[in-house]
This record gives sequence, C-alpha cells and structure tokens, in this order.
Amino acid sequence: MNPINKHNTHIVMPFEYHQPATVRAAVEILRKHPGAKPLAGGTDLVPKMKQRLLEPKHVVNLKKIPELSVVEDRGDAVYIGAAVRLREIEKSETIRRRLPLLSSCVRSIGSVQIRNMGTLGGNVCNASPAADGALGLVALEATVHIAGPGGERQVEAKSFFEGPGLTVLGEDELVTGFTVPVPTEDTGTCFISVGRTALDISTISIAVALTMDGDRVKDAKVVLGSVAPTPIRLADAEKQLKGKTLTEKLVEDTAMKVSESIKPITDIRGTAEYRREASRGMAVEAITKAWREGRTQR
Amino acid sequence: MKIDVTINGRERSFDVPPNTLLLNLLRERLDLTGSKYGCGIGECGACTLLLDGEPVLGCMTLAVDCDGRTVETIEGLGDGDGLHPIQEAYLEEGAVQCGFCTPGFIMTTKALLEEEPNPSEAEIREYLKGNVCRCTGYVNIVAAVQSAAGKMR
Repeated sequence: MNPINKHNTHIVMPFEYHQPATVRAAVEILRKHPGAKPLAGGTDLVPKMKQRLLEPKHVVNLKKIPELSVVEDRGDAVYIGAAVRLREIEKSETIRRRLPLLSSCVRSIGSVQIRNMGTLGGNVCNASPAADGALGLVALEATVHIAGPGGERQVEAKSFFEGPGLTVLGEDELVTGFTVPVPTEDTGTCFISVGRTALDISTISIAVALTMDGDRVKDAKVVLGSVAPTPIRLADAEKQLKGKTLTEKLVEDTAMKVSESIKPITDIRGTAEYRREASRGMAVEAITKAWREGRTQR
Repeated sequence: MKIDVTINGRERSFDVPPNTLLLNLLRERLDLTGSKYGCGIGECGACTLLLDGEPVLGCMTLAVDCDGRTVETIEGLGDGDGLHPIQEAYLEEGAVQCGFCTPGFIMTTKALLEEEPNPSEAEIREYLKGNVCRCTGYVNIVAAVQSAAGKMR
C-alpha cells in the first residue's frame, strides 16, 4: 500500500525501531547506525518525519530506559532524567517547591497533550531558541549529563546550545539528565513568556533569578529566549544589578539595558522591533516580581 | 512488530510496521473513526485520545510505542445504549456544531474531570487549550464541561 500523504497523515518512509532498556545499549545503537534518531516524546521528531523533513533509517525509543525517567531531590540540587515528561515535571511536588522557576517554564510549553508526550530532554535537545524548558535550565545554571561511547561527560546548560537546532551533542551521544541547583531561600525568580495565542511557541520569553539581601542584589541572572540563536544570559544587565540596592529607577534602567543588548530577528512570530520593545516591559515585570519574591522569602 | 494494546477495554494484538501511527491503526485497521485527523502537527487536538488515562495526540504517537498500554477513544465512552455524561452535556449545551473537534474535546474533558472534578472556567480553558474548535467559540464548550462536572460529581 502506498498511502497518500498530502496532509502528513502518515510516516511514509519505513525505519527500523529500537527500544533499548539501558543507556549503554542506546548509545551502542546510535554508534552502530549513524543518522539514527533518538525518540522521546516525538512531538518534534514525528511531525518532521511525517513532513519528510527527516527520514531516519533507525529510530531509538528512549522511554523504556528506567534511569532516564527519574526525578530525585538531592538536597542542594534536583536531578531530572532526560525522558521525564513535561507534565510529570509540572505535577512534581518536589519541582514545584524546589524549582518554581522551572515549573513555570515547563507549564508554558504547548498544551496538556503536548506536555503528556514531550520530555525535558527533548525540549532541550531540539534546541529551539524558543524552548522555555531550556530557558529555565540556563537561568538555574543546570548541568547537562551526556552519555556517549567514550563514557559520560557534563556540560553547563548555557554552553550546550550552539544555534537553532544545534547543540554540542555528538551523533552517538545522548542527554541522560539534568542536575538543577536549587536556588537559595533568599532568591526570587520569575518567568514570563509572550506568544500570539495561548498555545503558540513563545515569541519572546524571559527568566530572572535575583538573590537578595533585603533590597540589595547579591546575585542576578537574566536570561532571554527567542531573541538570539540560543537562549542567552545577559551579562551586562546582570552586572548592572549585582551589588546594587534595587529601586524602580534601577529596574527601568536595567530593562533598557536588556532591550539594548539583545539582537532579535524578525520572523513569523514577531518583528525585531516588537521583541526589543516587549523585552523592556517584560524585564521590568520579571525583575520586579523576582525582587519582591526574593525580599519576602528572606 | 508485534504489539498488544488494550483498546476501549478489549485486548488486541497487531503486527504493525514501526512507521504506523496510533491514529491510523485505529482508523484504518479497526474502523474506529471517532478520533479525527486534523492538522497532523500537534496544533488542533482533534486526534486526542487517552493513553494510559492521559490525553495525547494519536496522530503523533507511534503504534509500537503503545505496546502493553491502554488506549481509550470516544467509542469507548458510551455503554452501547446510553451516552456518557460528558457526551450528554456537550449535546445539551450546544457545544457541538460540525462535530469534527468534539471527540478530541470530550476525551480531554474526561481527563480533566478525572484530575479535577470541579474545575473553574480558567482551569477548563487552560486544560482545553490544545483543542481547537472553529464553530462554537468555546463558550458552550466551557458550559458543557461545567455541566458534565455536575453530572459526574
């Protein structure tokens, strides 16, 4: 049978399907079959296969590997397996309590259906500049755990991305999980995203984490999504906040700095001018909220 | 590849090529055409069905990934004679016009009400945002979910 695929109703090309039970076996399959594609939630891979943008000869389902589905509170950090589904992260009491920033980033992704399917590892490895989960991991200075034929290695989340759809991951490597440091109790965080509709991918998004001593900023992280080829931390804006006593004026000035230091492009989701303008207002809101939260938690 | 899937309470075995999508297995092999093919890329929710009780998109799920799991579709809701309270509520509230999106909406509604038997309007709209309806404007759908919640409590 040769199905008509005018409206992407089928995956036309056949492929060999693998469902390894261990990371080692998965890596071995990837090594043996260059071009093989790891499958997690499939919310990015499957549509691409239906549209014939990708036609892998081998698909490696990672969801049967128990160690990739672990969420573990390790005291000063939370470990999240790469194949933990976004909805599990959203429902996890541990993550809601310990990493509220990541929790709200994840809630902003797609729909309930998409989050029931999609995984944090998939959100990160797909390396969309608009990936909200990736933004949260960069803002929280998470470590990405990678397994390959030569063993394991670790990369800082901010160094994991190399461009839209591009990461440091080799063809025979897998992301196995993330170690996400738990912010100290005097840290306030805020995530805001703007999209065309409720379900849309973010046109622009921002995550802020401020560690406060009263109104004085001890440490600041300002990360934006969809304004550069990868999620980016804005060192200039962070520098402007660090060590200073926060005032409304300083928040306004920093927001202006945010708007000046991003280099957005015009694409189907928004214009560069819009993003520059929106980033200023979003920065005011996010910094102010993180400030209030950090101050009260102390 | 051989797979065993429980579909609407019945255990079934299939031998499927790995590139078979769950939605196509249901529609083409079992004639379960309730779940609809809409956009094919995860934006409309017309193919929503429950996999191990959770709403997912049948058009983006590999059938081989469902081995050993439980699938529930709109056809599994009624008992053969009577409709499910959610189906009744959708009819009574005029939440169905062309009906194409309805099976997906009803399956998502079922999952919502199992998680939260008494959802607020905001919660309903948030949970159902992955289902698109081009006829009703959602007001009647929200009313139907609220009415169904009342019937099921």
